[in-house]
Formats: sequence, C-alpha cells, structure tokens
Amino acid sequence: MSGQHYRTVGALALAATVALSLAACGSGGDKSGSASSGKTTIVIDCPPLKTDNDGKSLAQWNADVAAFQKLHPDITVKSISVGSQCNNPPDFTARLQGGTQADVFYGYMTDLNQVLDAGQAEDITSYVNSSTVPYWDSLLPSAKAVFTDQGKLYALPYSAYTMGLVIDKNLFRQAGLDPTKPPTTWQEVATDAKKIAALGNGIAGYSDYSAGNTGGWHFTAELYSRGGQMVSDDGKSAAFNNDMGQSVLRTLHDMRFTDNSMGTKQLLQWPDLLTNAAAGKVGMYIGAPDSITAIVKTFHGKFSDWAMGPMPGDNGPAKATLGGGNGYFFKKGLTPAQIRAGVAWVNYEELTPGVGQFNYAAQKAMGLPVGLPQPQIWVPGSAVWKTDDELKRANTNLDLNDYAPFVNNPVAIKTEPPQAQAVYAVLDASMSAALTQSGANISGLLKTAESKVNTLLVAGK
Amino acid sequence: MTTARSRRGLRRTMTDALTGHAYLLGAVLCFAVFSWYPMVREFVMSFQRTRRGVTTWVGWQNYIRLWHDPSFPAAWRNTATFTVLALLFGYALPFLVAILLNELRHAQGFLRALVYLPVMLPPASALFLFKYAYDPSRAGIFNYLLHALHLPTSQWTQSTTMAIPSLVIASTWMNMGAAILIYLAALQNIPGELYEAAELDGAGVLRRIWTVTVPQTRLILSLMFLLQVVATMQLFIEPLILAGGAGVEDSTTSVVYLMYQHAFRQNDLNGAAALGVMLLVVLAGFSAVYVRLSPKQDEG
Repeated sequence: MSGQHYRTVGALALAATVALSLAACGSGGDKSGSASSGKTTIVIDCPPLKTDNDGKSLAQWNADVAAFQKLHPDITVKSISVGSQCNNPPDFTARLQGGTQADVFYGYMTDLNQVLDAGQAEDITSYVNSSTVPYWDSLLPSAKAVFTDQGKLYALPYSAYTMGLVIDKNLFRQAGLDPTKPPTTWQEVATDAKKIAALGNGIAGYSDYSAGNTGGWHFTAELYSRGGQMVSDDGKSAAFNNDMGQSVLRTLHDMRFTDNSMGTKQLLQWPDLLTNAAAGKVGMYIGAPDSITAIVKTFHGKFSDWAMGPMPGDNGPAKATLGGGNGYFFKKGLTPAQIRAGVAWVNYEELTPGVGQFNYAAQKAMGLPVGLPQPQIWVPGSAVWKTDDELKRANTNLDLNDYAPFVNNPVAIKTEPPQAQAVYAVLDASMSAALTQSGANISGLLKTAESKVNTLLVAGK
Repeated sequence: MTTARSRRGLRRTMTDALTGHAYLLGAVLCFAVFSWYPMVREFVMSFQRTRRGVTTWVGWQNYIRLWHDPSFPAAWRNTATFTVLALLFGYALPFLVAILLNELRHAQGFLRALVYLPVMLPPASALFLFKYAYDPSRAGIFNYLLHALHLPTSQWTQSTTMAIPSLVIASTWMNMGAAILIYLAALQNIPGELYEAAELDGAGVLRRIWTVTVPQTRLILSLMFLLQVVATMQLFIEPLILAGGAGVEDSTTSVVYLMYQHAFRQNDLNGAAALGVMLLVVLAGFSAVYVRLSPKQDEG
C-alpha cells in the first residue's frame, strides 16, 4: 500500500470516527425506563451531598433506596446529585432547557411556570390518590395548589416552610439579651442587633442577603411582614414602591450605616450567610427552621446554638410571613410505569411517617436536629400530623422551648409572587444598594426596581 | 497510453481531493455542530417565544423588550468601560513587561514562568482569591495594605465607582501572563541587527522601541488588540464571582451577565438570544471595520 493510500484510508477513518461519534451523541444514549428484565428504572435527583453531615445523610438515603427496592423488587432507583440546595436556579433552568433533568426532579413551589413553559412536566393527576399516596388527603391544600395548573397536578409536594427570626442564643446571652424573648418588631431587631454587634470580633447583630436572587427573596419576606405585597392583586404591576417597601430598605440601611450592626461585607448569598452563622458570627437572620438543619448538615454548626421567634412586624406582630417549599416533578415523556414508580418512591421517602425525611430516629443518630417545627407538610390536627408530631417529640434532641415563640405565634402565610426568581433578581439591586451605599436613594432604588418588575410582568404575559 | 495516463492523473487528483475533504470533514462537522448551528439557532430563537412548551414567532418583540430593560444601558456602559480599562492595562502593560523581560540578560526563564503562573490557576479559583482580597473590611489584603500605608480604604466590588476597576485588576492579573508570552515570542523574532543599526544611529531606548520594536511587532499587536476587544466584551465570570453578578445597582452588570440573567434567572431564553445576537452584530461589525483598517503583512 502506498503512502497516498495510507493517507486516504487514515483520512476516511478519521471522518468515519467523527461522524460516528456525532451520531452517538445525537442518539441520546440509554433512555431509562423499563429494561428488558421487566424492571422499571427511575432516576431521582436531590440525594444528600457526599459532604453533608460527613456522608452519613447520603448513607441513610442509600439505605432507604435499598429498603424501597426490597419492597418493590420491580423498581430500580438511581440517584443523581444536582449540587447543594438541589435547585440552584440557573442550573435548574439550564437542565430544564436542555431536557437533562432527572426523571423525578426536585423543584421549588415557584418553579411550576418555568417547568411548564419548558414543556418538561408530566401531568400526574391520575397517578396520585389515596391508594398511591395514603396520606394525600392530609397534605396541606396550599402546597398542592402551587403545583397545580388548570386542574392538573404536576408535582408531589413534600415540604413547606414559613419564615421567622432565627437567633443565636449564645450571642444573645453574651450581649445581655434574653434568648427566650426574641424581638418581635423590626425596631426591636435593630435595637438588639446593635447590642450584639457591640460584642465586636466581626459579629453582625443581624445579617441579610443581597445577591444571587436571595436579596429579593428576603425583601419580599420583610415586605410581607409589614403587610405589603410585591405585585398588584391582578398580577400586572409591581406594588412595593410605597412606604412599606421604603421601610424595609430604610431599616436595613440604618442598621448597616447608622447602627453599624450588619458588618461591612455584603452581597451575601445563601451559603455566605449560613457559613458566617455556623461560625458564630451572626446574631439574627430571617429564615425557615430548616436553615438550622442546613447550618448543621452542610456548614458544620451546632443546632444547640439556635432558637427561633416569629417573623418581626412593623409596630406589632407581623402581618404575614413568606411561605414556600418544594416537591418532585415528573419529567415529560416518562412511561406510566415510571410515573407510578416515581410516585411510589416519593411517597416512601418523603410522605411516610417514620421513614425517609420523617425517620427521626436515624436523624437523631446522625446528629441532626430533630424537633424543629418545620418543614411541615401535613394539615395541622390531622391524624398523620399527630403521628408525625409524636414521633418527632419522642426523638427530639432540641429544647423545644427554644422554638415556642415561633410555634405559639403563628403568622398568616403569604406565597411567593409570580415570576418569583426574576422579581427577586431585580430586588437584589435594591437590597445591595441599601446595604452598601451610605447615601443610597431609597425611593429612587424602589422606583427603578418597580420599572424593571413592571417590564418583567408585561413580558411574562 | 496518453488516455491511461490522464485517467491515472484524474484518479490521483480525485483521491487527493477526497483525502483533503475527508480531513476537513472533522473540523467542518465540529464547527457546524458546535458553532454555526448554535449561532443560527440563537438567531432564530431571538425572534421566537416559548410558553407552555409552544413556540411562536414574535418578530422584533424580544429586541424591543430588551431595549426597555432598565439594566440594558448599564450593561453596555459597564461592558464598554471594562473593555477600555482592560485594554489600557491588559494590552499595554503586558507589552511593556514583555519588552522589559526581553531586555533582561539573567533569570529570564524564571521570570517568564513567574508571570505565566497566574494563567495556570483556574479563573474561578483566582477570582475567589480576589474576592477575599477585596473584602471591604480590613480583613481584605488590599484594604489592609492601604490602611497600613495610611491611605483611604475602598469598598472595592461593593462600590459603584470602584467595582469595574476591581474587575479590571483581577482580570489583568489573571490574563497578563499569556499576553506577555505571545509578545515575548514576537519580540524574540526581531532581528538583532535592527537594534544594532538603531544604536549606531544613536537611538535611545524609547526611540528603539518606537522605531524598531513597535513596527516589527505591529501584526501581533494588531491581532492581540482584536482578540482582547472580543474577549473583554464577553465579560462574565469576573462580575459573577466577585460581585454576585449585577453588583450594587447594576454596577457590574455586563452584556453577557444580562444574557445569563435572562436565560437562567428569568427563564427568558428568547430574550437572552436577542441579546446574544446584538453582541454578535457589535463584535462582528467592530472586527470587520478593524480588519479593514489594519495594516496588511506586506504593507509598510
């Protein structure tokens, strides 16, 4: 064979390899589903991270998977990690647009619209009833409603939260404050924050978010607590550019620049604040009870350091508190067998007392806090709620009095605004300016944000 | 005989052509799949809108909507400011450092490795280092040093005026090494006789740089200018890591970050595509004009 022939053969082989590789890429690989063995395979996301709680949480999840598969020998559950929080909004959107999400995928209560816009959710209405999900009738109706569109159910809710004021008991005591009496108004928060910040050593009396959409999220929560709302009742225009909106930003601005009680480093996002909190550098922040679990599980803090009060109000109790939560969506195109398998798994791991997220004995053994008032998904007073509460109390490793102010002062729940993540991104700018600019023009900031949100709302129609 | 020879010649020509095209096929397919198709798709998407899984044509609506996005002017202004500042520092400074290194007689290899080291650091890691360095309290190394020197400290990325310069400093530090090496390679190709002749003519250092170095490296300087403008206009990772993306009051929102916001935070891929097309048009327009005005290799 001449050199010329070798070159020709080499070139053709190269071309064929490239073509075959591309063809392989385009084939979509192995589709999960019913294998030739007759088993149904489902891919589930959002297992605990390997690093969470030194791997103990993931080991427990894997044990749950094994136990479930033993109960359902015809189902194979595969878990894939999608990172911390399970739903970092940009990653989540990217996965949706690329159609690369898991068969049964975690989502926030605010995600229904974008999941439907991307055409990525399967209608599971006919698969969910009291025989497939035995406690379905005792699930919070509000949690079901946010995953329902035009009478069709697109996700199984399994966790709901409301916000309150999370306080570091140690810092309260060191500052001469009584941790059993957390502040109940924003004025009291400011006063206590100043005393805690006076401890020095880089401690912030109160800390808040201002980047990565979390700033807008907390602006919303703090506006709700004053009785405000983010958008008009018809959902067509922004409704925060008013005295209540200004009060949110002015309180934070004054705490940051007049009282100097929020530290100099701002533009904080979810992990930044909780890292500081776990390190004992944050006196107070607003958050849901499960943020304390995150402090322990992910940021290696101690749950015994924390207590909770209700969401602070303007001049008295809060008018409302931001509620949210999450559930599992089912990817478009799943087979009926896969949907049934997915429902069975979510029911087992997330909606069965004593199992999975409600396996308090295992959580206690792993050193996680047991006895937090939330997440809560059951209708208060229902039989399953009582069972869950008894199990929780039997295994608690907390001083439940630390959470009595939060539990005994319930606040009306208000859900997130339409296009929540987009609206939150806009309000990040207002929060970041209020927390970093000593001369911030509060009314100007809100006017700009209002204009942006109005543009968003019009575009979203 | 002649016919047989011409047939063999024809077959040889065809085989050569086939070989050439087969070699080309891989590159063409890669470009087609990973560059050209996405570009065409982006262009098409910029005139569409998807709701509830249904895609419809909306004409110029996405462009008009973006035009009215309050962050739109800030994004272009910040991108332009960053590009100008990054060119001032990231274009001129590496050239000067390369000239200095080229003049050194000792430890040139060591210094070359030293200036290239930051390039080897993954950009995200380098930026996280800068994030700590820019801490607005005295815990940040920059403020610590400024304070030690009795100079006023800064809020760095938390300041609306210092945010972009902070990004430029970090970006220049990260990317300078690669530019220096390219300039150095060009400088080392300049014949030594040219400098000797200039010296004999009594030219000083600055004169030698102006009359020998710059003209001899004009092509590489011209190419680097184009590449740097195109790269800096795509500013993204610096604001994302150092300033949480938008920074304070959109002070670090860049065109590409706004694109990311629309695509992945506002679930508006069509708006992001429209913005991408705008950036493509601006960069392509700039490149076309620049290439047309640039000196050709055979021009003096």
